[in-house]
Amino acid sequence: MAGGRPAGSAIEMEGAMRTLPSSGRPSGTGWQSRGPLFGRNYGLSPGSRLLPPRCQENADPQKMAFLLRKQWTLYSVSPLYKFSSADLKDYARMLGVFIAAEKQKGLAVDVDGELGIKVAMSGLPELRGSEQDPAAVLVQLSLRSSVSPKNSEEKLIWSGWFCCVAGDDLLENLPENFTCLPLFLVNGAESYTAIVGSWFQKTFDCCFRRLAISPLNLTWMAAMWTGCKVDKNTAATELLFSVPHLPQPLDISYAIHPEDAKALWDTVQKTPGEITQEEVDVFMECLYSHFHRHFKIHLSATKLVKVSTGIASAHCDGIIKFLQSQYLIGVLMLLTELAISQIQ
Amino acid sequence: MAVLRPFDKLPELNSATILLVGAEGGPQQQLAEAMLREKKDFNINIHLASSLPLPSERDHLRPRIDLIAFVIDIKSKYSLKNVQASLAYVDVRFFLGKVCFLVTGVGRANNCSVEMNAIWKLGEDYCSPVIFCELELEGIRVATAQRLLRMLQICAGRVPGVSALYFSLLMRNSAGD
Repeated sequence: MAGGRPAGSAIEMEGAMRTLPSSGRPSGTGWQSRGPLFGRNYGLSPGSRLLPPRCQENADPQKMAFLLRKQWTLYSVSPLYKFSSADLKDYARMLGVFIAAEKQKGLAVDVDGELGIKVAMSGLPELRGSEQDPAAVLVQLSLRSSVSPKNSEEKLIWSGWFCCVAGDDLLENLPENFTCLPLFLVNGAESYTAIVGSWFQKTFDCCFRRLAISPLNLTWMAAMWTGCKVDKNTAATELLFSVPHLPQPLDISYAIHPEDAKALWDTVQKTPGEITQEEVDVFMECLYSHFHRHFKIHLSATKLVKVSTGIASAHCDGIIKFLQSQYLIGVLMLLTELAISQIQ
Repeated sequence: MAVLRPFDKLPELNSATILLVGAEGGPQQQLAEAMLREKKDFNINIHLASSLPLPSERDHLRPRIDLIAFVIDIKSKYSLKNVQASLAYVDVRFFLGKVCFLVTGVGRANNCSVEMNAIWKLGEDYCSPVIFCELELEGIRVATAQRLLRMLQICAGRVPGVSALYFSLLMRNSAGD
């Protein structure tokens, strides 16, 4: 052997090797290997996006108020086959019957308090980006109190809505008889989501999937929402990071005064009304290096889990909360884009 | 700082050396162990480093490096920055087929923190193949280890008639769109 090296093979550590405990990931979590993983389309985001536009004044903010300050779980939906927005009343009746049947399954005795579920479906024509987009559809389940049917006191227990804001990419080459409402937002018990989902799946031959938001897209949201003007003083911009490869979970919360964040963003952004990937990177890099200077922690090595700003807050598991009605359309536009890229 | 050069040392008899560079220690170590477990008819030395440049004080002990694999974890933006910074300490002659980028974590698109365009661009800018894998899965780790071994064999000149440059050109053609 040359140089008197021992025969055989060896691993050698070079320099300052960080020896992290190689804690295995919990198996079976978040493993979703679908889609063209190795293709060039994977994990790409467009070079630039438009800033979320402010809503026009003619749209009534009160109408959309019930969508605000609630946690919505995101799903992506493939196009609905033979769906007609004129038949919403019939659909509501059919869904009501279906839910009653599902609830009765396996029950020998009719538990009447449980079964009085009323289904309402309505259109939300305000929620769209352009005339091309189909009107959003709202589904609400409410519990009838069987004690006093005359009072007709109803308690809302579950709501979900389908929407499509500026889904031009998908709308252009959609085959006939299909309606594209790629984004589905749910607030309520998961059991109802499953029942409603399976009815839509059977009736319109569509497919639901949870829509997770990747840390990369969360950085986009952080930058986009920081750049938005908000009238009054709002909550701090907060970024939540989780540190991987640790035996115990460790979360780092990074809160920035919204005005400071806006000031930083204004120095980064070059063309008004438009955001590029590069600008998003520079913005996050600035925040990371500031944090590193104070705490000697590389936030870029951690996972961005949650972004909350005065506009909205988003969690990587696909949970969103809208806080400003005027930017509702803008936020939905980005979410629609993500939903479309998931189903394509 | 010391730039890593491919040809300033003599090769050792019947052996080949690979250098794995990446910020995440755990998966790299596992990959190295998987490579050692593979059956092979030559000796391999695996050197692990979290970043370049390599410390110069042990330079005289280090064998000639035949292949450098930069490991990028798409879940960590830091790993990409780290690799980008390390590339400055590699001699240009390495990029004639003796460098590859190993991108791990590709099964978890939902955890992606890195813009994929940046990784593709890295491969194009440095004329080096980009290999996608998931080092946290045993099956893919073993397959990746085999693949790297085969590349190492070529880069060390142990496959008659196939040079590192020739091989990387082949890889580029097959990876091209």
